[in-house]
Amino acid sequence: MNDTKKKNIEEVRLMKGNEAIAHAAIRCGCDGYFGYPITPQSEIMETLMELEPWNTTGMVVLQAESETASINMVYGGAGCGKKSMTSSSSPGVSLMQEGISYIACAELPCVIVNVMRGGPGLGTIQPSQADYFQSVKGGGHGDYKLITLAPASVQEMADHTVMAFDLAFKYLTPVLILADGVIGQMMEKVILPPFQPRMIEEEIREKCPWATLGKPKSRKPNVITSLSLEAEEMETINIRLQAKYHKIEENEVLYEEFSCDDAEYLIVAFGTSARVCQKAVEMARAEGIKAGMLRPITLFPFPTVAISNHANKVKGMLTVEMSAGQMVEDVRLAVNGRVPVEFYGRMGGIVPSPDEVLKALKDKIVKQQLVIN
Amino acid sequence: MKEEIIIAGFGGQGVLSMGKILAYSGLMQGQEVSWMPSYGPEQRGGTANVTVILSDERISSPVLNSYDTAIVLNQPSLDRFESKVKPGGTLIFDGNGFKRFPTRTDINIYRIDATEYAYANNESKTMNMIILGGLLKVRPIVQVENVLKGLKKSLPDRHHHLIPMNEKAIQTGMKLIQKLS
Repeated sequence: MNDTKKKNIEEVRLMKGNEAIAHAAIRCGCDGYFGYPITPQSEIMETLMELEPWNTTGMVVLQAESETASINMVYGGAGCGKKSMTSSSSPGVSLMQEGISYIACAELPCVIVNVMRGGPGLGTIQPSQADYFQSVKGGGHGDYKLITLAPASVQEMADHTVMAFDLAFKYLTPVLILADGVIGQMMEKVILPPFQPRMIEEEIREKCPWATLGKPKSRKPNVITSLSLEAEEMETINIRLQAKYHKIEENEVLYEEFSCDDAEYLIVAFGTSARVCQKAVEMARAEGIKAGMLRPITLFPFPTVAISNHANKVKGMLTVEMSAGQMVEDVRLAVNGRVPVEFYGRMGGIVPSPDEVLKALKDKIVKQQLVIN
Repeated sequence: MKEEIIIAGFGGQGVLSMGKILAYSGLMQGQEVSWMPSYGPEQRGGTANVTVILSDERISSPVLNSYDTAIVLNQPSLDRFESKVKPGGTLIFDGNGFKRFPTRTDINIYRIDATEYAYANNESKTMNMIILGGLLKVRPIVQVENVLKGLKKSLPDRHHHLIPMNEKAIQTGMKLIQKLS
């Protein structure tokens, strides 16, 4: 998460996760940001507006009239082979779902940031992780998937922004950065990525032959659409999409393990929950409980194999989320009944404390094992 | 070294800024730091608070439920956080407007009447720096030199002429703080 110690202090900056995304977007050669303000992620657009990248790299920063407009502007930008992005928080991301489904079907690269807040409905402005299902199980209509990155530190907010664009262009698919109010609002040390120039038009023509940049006489028109009235043709598109998602599952899984080597009990958590759980693991170890933690960094593709392997070694697992229990379903699918998988969570904007997690680990897993044995 | 601090008070008392200055000071002495504000409804006209962690090691949870040090600047903050100071920890309060005072006997309690002093001496803008000075007197977790470096890094150039005034406020706080128990 945060290993900035040895770096030169001049390179190290202190900033909010939201600010880190804005800086990283400019530095990785983003062409356009389109968004609409909503707490707790408004600092992304605020920082972009303050940095005025249109004067330096030429990046466009535009406040749209709504989230629906934002995602459709991203669709347009992406269609031209431009590095395009938007950001919002839960209710705003719900409004974008139609556009996201269209972009996924049209196979265009873009980056979407969701700094989650408590729902359902307009909900609250405090941190939550209750958009897991929306993010990894579809959200919009149809059989599509989003590569979903779950940063757990300000450094990762910057790093994932760069990685998200790389993955989006590698697989021609929308990539979602799924953060929450804590990661967006807190300040930590960060080393920003190096500057990359924006792609010039010749580069886009070469790397993105599908882009609608104006038709030269040498080729047929490029058509970007998500509409195919012939069912056979639509099935072909679906087969191609599924093959792509399969390839992503094979190649792009990322996760981090903490104190797992000799662990008897495994906690699975992502984002802010993983930070809280790391402390709970430290506290458990101090009491002699052999706990470890696995933190999925990609939520799709999910680290199913890694979790499955742990199911052969540990006595039980606890999934901790700031929701009613969503990722726990994927953990249970990976474990497939081999060991108990329990859940602990808080909802509506409450962040669980390390003490609560430790108590849940003891009550739901450790004590139950003693009863069984 | 690891110090887990909560600073709480009314919005406008400089709670978040004080936390930010502490975080920058930790940064200047090469520590790992985290600064987690309350950005919810409390920031919009109630009590505001910020959790600051300074550590030589990687920081796990930025959200805590017990603290080495609590700095409370209003009654609701004292009521909420007194019980959350670790045994042997430190509680610093500004007694202005308090009706109920700290009662715990297993922690170190300090009083600093920074609000009263700041208003009497027309220095209300540096009230939070007076309190920071008090903190550094009793918990020297960062060196004053690094606080000044941190201010220089975090403030835009046009505000650098205010740094000596802040240094003076830190010195004032160091004299003003009193141990109660």
